[in-house]
Amino acid sequence: MEHRVSNAFDRAAARARCRAYRRRILEISQQVSALHVAPAFSCTEITDAAYNGLMRRGADGAPLDVFLMSKGHGCMIQYVILEEMGVLERRDLDLYCKPGGRLGAHPDYGVPGIAASTGSLGHGLGIAVGQAYAERLKKTGVRIFCVLSDGELQEGSTWEAMMMAANLRLSNLVVLLDNNDFSGLERMSEAHRAFYPVLDKARAFGWEAAEVDGHDGGAIVEAVEGRAGGDRPMLVTCRTVKGKGVSYMEHVPIWHYRSPNPEEYRRALAEIEEN
Amino acid sequence: MRNRFADVFYDLAKDDPRLCIVVADISPAGSIARFREEFPERFVNTGVAEQIMIGMAAGMAQRGLKPFAYTIATFALYRPFEMVRDDLCYQNLPVTVVGIGGGVTYSTLGATHHAQEDVALACAVPGLSVIAPCDPLEAEAATRWCATQEQGPVYLRLAKAGEPVLTADAPEPWEFGRLRTLRPGRDVCVLSYGAIMDMTLEVADRLAAAGRSVCVKSVHTVKPLDRAGVEAALKDFAHVVVIEECAPNGGLGMQVKAIAQETGAHCRLDAFSLADAFIHCYGSHADLLAEHGLSAERIAAALL
Ligand SMILES: Cc1ncc(C[n+]2csc(CCOP(=O)(O)OP(=O)(O)O)c2C)c(N)n1
Repeated sequence: MEHRVSNAFDRAAARARCRAYRRRILEISQQVSALHVAPAFSCTEITDAAYNGLMRRGADGAPLDVFLMSKGHGCMIQYVILEEMGVLERRDLDLYCKPGGRLGAHPDYGVPGIAASTGSLGHGLGIAVGQAYAERLKKTGVRIFCVLSDGELQEGSTWEAMMMAANLRLSNLVVLLDNNDFSGLERMSEAHRAFYPVLDKARAFGWEAAEVDGHDGGAIVEAVEGRAGGDRPMLVTCRTVKGKGVSYMEHVPIWHYRSPNPEEYRRALAEIEEN
Repeated sequence: MRNRFADVFYDLAKDDPRLCIVVADISPAGSIARFREEFPERFVNTGVAEQIMIGMAAGMAQRGLKPFAYTIATFALYRPFEMVRDDLCYQNLPVTVVGIGGGVTYSTLGATHHAQEDVALACAVPGLSVIAPCDPLEAEAATRWCATQEQGPVYLRLAKAGEPVLTADAPEPWEFGRLRTLRPGRDVCVLSYGAIMDMTLEVADRLAAAGRSVCVKSVHTVKPLDRAGVEAALKDFAHVVVIEECAPNGGLGMQVKAIAQETGAHCRLDAFSLADAFIHCYGSHADLLAEHGLSAERIAAALL
């Protein structure tokens, strides 16, 4: 038995969920000296759209499809969604990055809900290709949703995987690209001018590709569900803002890995509620 | 260590136009940011792309420049390992690969960020010198040596920032390829390198409190290892101890044991290293070392 969570993606409900996810991430950021807040806020709507819009669930509510966070440092958003689903417990998040806990700053295979140990960039897509291929061999119909960062597009290994996915005609592989134009150090479009545009490159490699507003979950769901079909893997380039939702974090590299102080925390919470 | 490295690099590079730095999307700390502003062409950011970082450093060295490749240790050594081996070492080029966060320094980031077997791995590659300073002063001396040498590739293993100064009163200076006595003693000789020296000195304090006369030596140059120095320690002391923040297979402990076997040493020999295991734990650096079985208390208890 399988059913889609929602046939029509309810945008208002998604906004409310994402507000709650951001609030929870900020709350956890106050328990540790550093947390990748901005990378998680960049892919909050993307991850929500995957779990609550795209991935099919069984009768018990457990996902039938696979979610793989290739940009491992963005995993906080996945943790809070897994907490909401009951896959992870509140205690797991309370012990984030602490002795006795099982959640670190990067996802670890073996923890419930985690499809691969990532954290070194440029590994996730290769693993996703293997998983998609295995599911096709087994004829399960399982789809693999992989969240990739634009920084990972700089790794050669990502492009080996891009070639392989198209060679193998992995139509059950969907990549959601968190295209926030920042890696760790600077704007990608300035540091790597020759690299753009990305969409054409994916198409030239044999992928179906679309571009959407990455903070509009409904647009992401529509792009994937409305795909042309056939035997190509799909890339959805999601235009995002690193640190989305908190004005002083947006586009500011230091928030890549930093916890807000108490005053910054209060301001961030207030801004999240307004959005 | 990271900041001292940056300061020394800046000082030398402003007068030596051959010195360049190639990073892979790592924020330039302290003086490296200043270097970048003043000499933008000698600062290259390859993005999140470590293979080209090493590959292009090799090419630059072949055409007369002296590049330093700089990023987190796992991404500096493991990700582009074959480029380090073939492009730098096989061709014997004077490039310094700087790995920050050696060992399990990045204690909340998981094993993808733990350079827990880096020293052993680097020691296995022919022609690659391996230097692991124990404090900011050794980092300074090592950086100076790397920037002025012409002999070949180096893996320079640093920790993060904020490590204490431990060697200000050392009776011997830092010299490439030579064991360095940090504290003289007669009964026990402890060999150690890298940021774990802090714990090593605490072990020495505990042994001293129990009445032992403890000599501590920094093995900052793990390769080429000062074989004569190690042989002398094995001969002169009744008890030799190795403490390292590296996996056991191929680490200093195993190398010292091999020398002891080859020379028929009679001393007691104990080696403490990280476990040969991925641990799935998070916390402080000390928490992670403890998970690997390393704490001053535990080591001292095993030695007494
Ligand atoms: C192979 C590898 N190199 C370097 C790093 C260090 N690192 C962590 S995040 C990051 C860049 C983040 O940019 P991006 O991947 O685009 O993610 P986002 O902007 O979405 O946070 C880097 C370089 C890493 N984790 N893995």
